[in-house]
Amino acid sequence: MKEAILLVKDLSVSFHMYDGGLEQYDLKVISNLTLDVRPGEIVAIAGSSGSGKSLFAHAVMGLLPENAVMTGKVFYKGKVLSQKDKEALRGTEMALVPQSVSYLDPLMTIGAQVRGTKPNRQIIKAQKEIFKRLHLKEETEKLYPFQLSGGMARRVLVATAVLSGAQLIIADEPTPGLDLEMALEALQVFRELADAGKAVVLITHDIDLAFHIADRISVFYAGTTVETAKAADFLKGKETLRHPYSKALWEALPQNGFKPIPGFQPYAKYLPKGCLFSPRCPLKTKECENEIPMTEVRGGYVRCIHAD
Amino acid sequence: MKKKYYLKCTGKYLFRMITLLIAVSVISFVLVSLSPVDPVQQYVGAVPNVSVEQRAKIAEYWGLNDPPVERFFAWAGSVLHGDFGVSLLYRRPVLDIIVEKFGASLALMMTAWIFSGVLGFAIGCVMGLFNGRWLDKILKKVCFVMCSIPTFWIGIVFLMVFSVMLGWFPFGMSVPKGVPADEVTILQRIHHLVLPALTLSFLSFANVALHTREKLVDVLESDYVLFAKARGESKWSVLKRHGLRNILLPAVTMQFGSFSELFGGSVLAENIFSYPGLGAAVSAAGMYSDVPLLLGITLFSTLFVFVGNMLANIIYGIVDPQIREGCIK
Repeated sequence: MKEAILLVKDLSVSFHMYDGGLEQYDLKVISNLTLDVRPGEIVAIAGSSGSGKSLFAHAVMGLLPENAVMTGKVFYKGKVLSQKDKEALRGTEMALVPQSVSYLDPLMTIGAQVRGTKPNRQIIKAQKEIFKRLHLKEETEKLYPFQLSGGMARRVLVATAVLSGAQLIIADEPTPGLDLEMALEALQVFRELADAGKAVVLITHDIDLAFHIADRISVFYAGTTVETAKAADFLKGKETLRHPYSKALWEALPQNGFKPIPGFQPYAKYLPKGCLFSPRCPLKTKECENEIPMTEVRGGYVRCIHAD
Repeated sequence: MKKKYYLKCTGKYLFRMITLLIAVSVISFVLVSLSPVDPVQQYVGAVPNVSVEQRAKIAEYWGLNDPPVERFFAWAGSVLHGDFGVSLLYRRPVLDIIVEKFGASLALMMTAWIFSGVLGFAIGCVMGLFNGRWLDKILKKVCFVMCSIPTFWIGIVFLMVFSVMLGWFPFGMSVPKGVPADEVTILQRIHHLVLPALTLSFLSFANVALHTREKLVDVLESDYVLFAKARGESKWSVLKRHGLRNILLPAVTMQFGSFSELFGGSVLAENIFSYPGLGAAVSAAGMYSDVPLLLGITLFSTLFVFVGNMLANIIYGIVDPQIREGCIK
């Protein structure tokens, strides 16, 4: 097996907060998260809002705000990254595809932004090609962000990552606002990047699309990974999955019965002890209150002592 | 798109300016008519033996007995022909006085304006970059103090400290005493300009700095700056490519929008330093009921403030495409 381009080990992120007056506390938004992405692979991160998906991307890129504290290790091609390393790798080795049009400078034309700080003939040519590929008209270059539709903005953002030539691409929700055809085209671009030996992390709500395009799926819940397994397992159905939350997620899809489970994801300030899913879990036992490690079960990784 | 913007917006501003000038002239004419000022009395002044008949003749000659509307149109008609009347105080055409005084005031106001704009913007940038750290905290407090100091007070303090105690600058006027007008050097003029200009710039300096600071902090925390960092742009590149462009807008608006405060401030500053500019002239015109001069300066200051605001709008449109589009619609 090839060495992982990105390996995240036991990543935790907390925010130092002030609670009315002088009382301070740490809000742990990501706890003991583990993930690896190998060259040629798309790993999709699925999970509901507030499960720490975007923060994970920011933590890997070294973009966390000043009041955030990060523990755990991020490896890039086998080397532990310091904040300085991350800053050096950003833009050339690691690229981010952010969520929305607000990530574009409102006063700069799209063309100038996509080409970046050092536009040369080669970059301009590549930019024109990728715009064509993503069905962005040539005039788009001359537009300003406020003149773009949501879908256009997303494709422009995808284009920046393609142009960067980075080995690791972290795409944060690249498909909402795109119709199915466009979404598939955008995902196809990611597929080709992966096939060219790059590693792609696809953060998404579009679980269905992710199942089809990704190689592996990692399910986030309340700031941690509960299961990482082959995309094929998610297509086959409930029985091939390992974690009760993944199973519930599968059953909640419209084509699989549209079945919700009671309860809600815990707020970072009131995390339960041990397994974060335990308050909603039908299999809960006394042992679930202990620290639960990721273990290998049937070729996938799961954070559940009851998985078999 | 840019050309269309200029054409369309210039037309729009021209129309607005004309309606504004008409409105201001009507209102100020009405106010002056209602005031207890008797123009004949002001005209004859202290000359003792002017009989009642002679006064009546002057009033008749000036058309003071005509209905107000007729009088307004007579005045407005001459103004349109460039005749603003004769100043009772200076005994010279109003327009000549305005042109002469405005020259002196312009030097003062522009010095103060550029000084406060450049320095305010620079200090605002420094505060924004050091957001929350001690340098920012100190500068912010200084700015708050400066914001709350009235112009006339700081002017008097400057006079006491720099002219009386230290003797660095002259006490007032725009040129030295006893020197023929054609022998006054530019350095002497600048020497006389420094204190009033400093006093005047106090007014908007802190404002510009604080607004620039707020905006820079916002911009640096924005998503697009985060993305620029994610794409490997250095801190300096981020400031240059995204920061400056985005904080220019509030600074420009503040700066050109401050023309009215600048004019108001110059009245105070020029009086404190006996600086012979338009601000001193307007208060003199008010004190001695010099109606033609007062009306003339009112119209002129309207134009001055309007031009400032218009420039702000036009520059806004050049910097921000979104506003450009809004103007065309």
